[in-house]
This record gives sequence, C-alpha cells and structure tokens, in this order.
Amino acid sequence: MITLDKNLCKGCNICTEFCHQHVYEESLTLDKKGVYVPNPKNVERCTKCQICSLMCPDQAIEVEEDDED
Amino acid sequence: MDETKENRFMKYLRRERLPNIFCAGCGIGIVMNTFFNGMEMAEVPLEEVVMASGIGCSSRIPGYVKCDSLHTTHGRPISFATGLKLANPEMNVVVFTGDGDAAAIGGNHLIHSARRNIDITVICINNSIYGMTGGQISPTSPQGSYATTAPYGALENPFDLSRLVTAAGASYVARWTTAHPLQLSKAIKKGLNNKGFSFIEVISQCHTYFGRKNRMGSPIDMLKWMKEESVVKRKADKMDESELEGKIIVGEFHNKPAPELSQINCKLLEDKCTAGKSSAFRSAYQGD
Ligand code: SF4
Ligand code: SF4
Repeated sequence: MITLDKNLCKGCNICTEFCHQHVYEESLTLDKKGVYVPNPKNVERCTKCQICSLMCPDQAIEVEEDDED
Repeated sequence: MDETKENRFMKYLRRERLPNIFCAGCGIGIVMNTFFNGMEMAEVPLEEVVMASGIGCSSRIPGYVKCDSLHTTHGRPISFATGLKLANPEMNVVVFTGDGDAAAIGGNHLIHSARRNIDITVICINNSIYGMTGGQISPTSPQGSYATTAPYGALENPFDLSRLVTAAGASYVARWTTAHPLQLSKAIKKGLNNKGFSFIEVISQCHTYFGRKNRMGSPIDMLKWMKEESVVKRKADKMDESELEGKIIVGEFHNKPAPELSQINCKLLEDKCTAGKSSAFRSAYQGD
C-alpha cells in the first residue's frame, strides 16, 4: 500500500523516475495547487525497497511494510 | 491524515511547518531523509541530537526538525556547535551547512574544528552555488561554471572540501551525492558513531540556479548526471587526472579514530579539579 500526500507533493517526479519497478505514473492533469501529482498506479509491482520514500524531497510518500493482501 | 500512512520520517518533523520551503525537486529534502535514515541505523534517538546551522538554503533544515537547534549567523554554526559539545559532551551535535556557509565565510571554523577533532558531525550540502541569495559563485563552483557573478564562467580553482577537511585532521570524511541515498545514509550513520570530527559532503542539485545557469535541466536530469559522473574513491585512486576531469569522486575519504577534544577536556578537568567535582560541565543540566 502506497500513500501519497497531495498536500506535500510538489510534482518533481523523482519518485516516477527512480522507482526501478516503474510503480508511479506521471500525471497529465494539474491539481488545484498547480502541481502534477504522480499516480502510484502499478502498486502490485512494488518491492517495498523504500527508495521512493527515501528520495522524495517533500516526505510525501509512505510505503507500508505489511500488506493485507 | 491517518498517522500510520504518513512518511516514516514525519514523526521527526514539525508537521505544521510543511511543505518545506525548498524548490520542487531540491536535494536538501533528500539529505533530510537520509539523515533520519542514518540516525536510525546508528541507533541514536532524536532526543540526544542537537542541531546547529548557519545561513543558506541548507541551513533551513533544523527549523523543520523536532529537536533542540540553533539557527546561527552566517558561517558560524561549527563554532556554536563547538560550544554546545563542550558544554554537554553527551549530546550528538550535528551541523547542517552549505558550501557557501562552510567553505567561504566559515572556512576557518571548518578547518580548525577538523584540526581539533571535536566530536561533531558536519553535513555539508554542496550545490556549488549560493542558492538563497540568487546564484552567486561559491568556493566550490567548478572552474568554468556559470553563475550570476560569473557570466563568463568561474575563473578560480574550486576547493575539494573532502580532501581539505581530511588534510585538516578530521577523523571521518566521506562524500556522496543525493543520487546515492543508501550509501549516504550509511556514511551519516558512521559519522554519527565516530567519536571525533565527522565531515559528510553531499553533492546536491540546485536546479533553480546552478542547473539553470549551466543548462543542466531538471532535478531528475541533475540526479542522473551525478549518478553517471560519480567514480568511487577506490577506483579513482587508480585513474589519472585527465580521466577524472569533470568526475565526482565519491566514497570514504578518511576513517581513522583519533583522540577527541571534548573527552580530553573533560579528563583534564577531572585531573586538575581539586575542589571535588568539576563544575564547568553540564551545570545547566544538573541544576547546580
Ligand atoms: S518525489 Fe515526492 S514531491 Fe516529487 S513527485 Fe514524487 S511524491 Fe511528489
Ligand atoms: S518502495 Fe521501491 S518498488 Fe515500491 S514504489 Fe517505492 S521505489 Fe518503487
């Protein structure tokens, strides 16, 4: 489970670029703050390596360790 | 927002002050994360950390962290940190500084604290430019790079900070980039655990000024550039100068424990104090 805080994200897409599993997808629509917030679309591919949560400069990402599924 | 779904480092941060002031994609936020990661790896609780910073973008970090901190004058955080460490040697004193703060106006404090090998951990976020004040050349700007004060390219030789601090006498010195968050976390862990002066230089992207002036593109482009141009020290030692042009040498520069100033100072006080217990240290904490 990946949670992305839209109030913190500034749309830099570092997560989109550096997730080796290509979990995130760049957004094509601006949100109300004028930010292209990426979408963690392919969650099932996530290996929970935590690179995205370590590299997000705005602490906007949480990757939960234990999944229910 | 559900607290369990917040970023794992949010518990260390002053939530009400976020989002942080840094530009979208700035490397400083990555350094913050790697610091918390390294701190957890070193098993240092945040309650035992006190931070000091000077002036510049990187010096804004302590303002976001839930710990005791001093946001000091330009170039002087290491001097304040020295005072903190001598007053309470049990604290883990950490300095966040930048290339302008540590190498230009604070250059002398940097080399002398390294020489004293006082137990503080200095994390120097080196983005090769003055970001906060509008993109002026700094002492680490590569020769030929552009800035608002160098429209024809920098004429001067830059400092190699890690080598400078090693030569000055620090006991732990490492350099990584924001494109190496795992290695950087590990270096921070080692720096915190080292009883002596630890210097961790982080090459970081300032796409707003350094990137724009030097046509380097987005933060992602700059992160990729840092990753591609980095050569680990062990390999670089075997290469010659021409091959290393434009490369970023990363890795551990120095790791050799040496006698540490605050301990030497404590011992001297214990030895020389004839009035029973020495009172110069920790008096504020003992209520005497
Ligand atoms: S790295 Fe963080 S701030 Fe950047 S786009 Fe991803 S979630 Fe947003
Ligand atoms: S934890 Fe790793 S695999 Fe999962 S989304 Fe983040 S970077 Fe991708």
